[in-house]
Amino acid sequence: MIQLTPYDRVKTARDNKRPTGLDYINRVFTDFFELHGDRRYADDSAVVGGVAYLNGKPVTVIAIEKGHTTKERMARAFGAPNPEGYRKALRLMKQAEKFRRPVICFIDTSGAYCGIGAEERGQGQAIAENLMEMMTLKTPIISILVGEGGSGGALALAVADRVWMLENAVYSVISPEGCASILWKDAGKAAEAAANLKLTARDALTLSVIERMIKETDIGHPSFYAQIRQLLTEELEALEANDLLLQQRYERFRRIGVQEKETV
Amino acid sequence: MAFLNFNLKPKNELEQGGRAAAPVHQDESEPEVTCPNCHKSIPVSKLWANLNVCPCGRHFRVNARQRIGMIADRGSFQEMDADLQADDPLGFAGYQAKLETARISSNESEAVVCGTASIRGNRCCLFVMEAAFMMGSMGTAVGEKITRLFEYALEHRLSVVGFTVSGGARMQEGLLSLMQMAKVSGAVKRHSDAGLFYLTVLTDPTTGGVTASFAMEGDIILAEPGATVGFAGARVIEQTTRKALPKGFQKAEFLLEHGFVDAIVPRKAQADAIGNLLKLHDREAAV
Repeated sequence: MIQLTPYDRVKTARDNKRPTGLDYINRVFTDFFELHGDRRYADDSAVVGGVAYLNGKPVTVIAIEKGHTTKERMARAFGAPNPEGYRKALRLMKQAEKFRRPVICFIDTSGAYCGIGAEERGQGQAIAENLMEMMTLKTPIISILVGEGGSGGALALAVADRVWMLENAVYSVISPEGCASILWKDAGKAAEAAANLKLTARDALTLSVIERMIKETDIGHPSFYAQIRQLLTEELEALEANDLLLQQRYERFRRIGVQEKETV
Repeated sequence: MAFLNFNLKPKNELEQGGRAAAPVHQDESEPEVTCPNCHKSIPVSKLWANLNVCPCGRHFRVNARQRIGMIADRGSFQEMDADLQADDPLGFAGYQAKLETARISSNESEAVVCGTASIRGNRCCLFVMEAAFMMGSMGTAVGEKITRLFEYALEHRLSVVGFTVSGGARMQEGLLSLMQMAKVSGAVKRHSDAGLFYLTVLTDPTTGGVTASFAMEGDIILAEPGATVGFAGARVIEQTTRKALPKGFQKAEFLLEHGFVDAIVPRKAQADAIGNLLKLHDREAAV
């Protein structure tokens, strides 16, 4: 097989034929019941959440949904959540904490929605609140990046005990196009930016930003979903038995970055 | 790459690190600044004597050291982690040179200055971001310094006061920058859960990943008049949505109107306001 460049993976991650959030919800879990709305302002169609069973265990599932067809994508704002989406997600997580259900998030977004209304309703505040609250949510959280992991809009559902990525998913602080146009005033240099940004699953694993990379050889097939179901089931079992869950979640993020480099 | 830096000079003398007490004297050759708000020319010394605020109320940017001079009691600031700085963790093209340029032009080692200080007699932890260092962008060093400050504040049961100014997460450190948003938020949460007080002052501009993390996590959020505060950039929103932006979009006053800041406090009133709020939240002092 030909080695994909980082930008090839960006394009693969954006492919509309790739499974989306709802595909995972419907094929990994059973008896999914969707719960709408943030109880503040609206229901965000870009974020789907609800309760379901994972191998017979009750769980809360939250997914960013992009849609497959153009019509679906328009209706889902191309998977770009508004503040309501993040607030709905947090509401469902708090509910999961109350009823001692683990939380599983599927992430696939180019980023939080970029618009006037999103700013008026506090996009930054909504993301910030999720980052803070997820850090101390008293139930296990596993987040899987299945397509695009666009910056703060993706991180707002990824302050988790375990973060996994599909082999061709990408996770980045900025889109390669955005990066290229800011740094080099040339969006055409996106491929170069993609290579510099270290946004592939392999890079994220090397940087210890994620714990696992999931192979995609059978993506979309029953065996693929069965594998994810199996991985989730095993991992949740271990996390639920862990008394140091919150301490370790804090440390998981705490250790990322510069360590002792001072010249004291 | 030091040869690149020969032409780098601060935009005006004010930004080089003057002092509030600088004597006001004027001569013919004194540089003047034209205020983009009232369009009048103001002698630099006059502007500086007024904390870099135009008589019309327009707040000009100040650098981190100047800000500390304005807010902290004289001689009270003790810097922490002054030498902590990022190298180039991803080997990102051009980043080393950019860091070097930023260090020379800002005279800081990173985009935030952290330490302990007293504000009107109230001891606290203080961080001030530095716009002159790569537009206050947050990389691993900024994230680490602010995290350490919150951990120190938790250990010593101190309030934290933070002045934000940032273009967001630093692209050149990629995912590692992004993760600092979660890391700092975790430290803020621990500090908060211990019943401790955190106050932010949003200054021009506060955007992107900093808005979407610790800037918006204060118990009390203040803003400077006219400061641009937002998540997505206004130009990007305009291009994406092809809609005219509302008047005053993403200005501090707009955020106040929409319920995202507690109060807008002019620079001149900040030390008193913050000092009073620190005092009010100091349970150990209140009897």
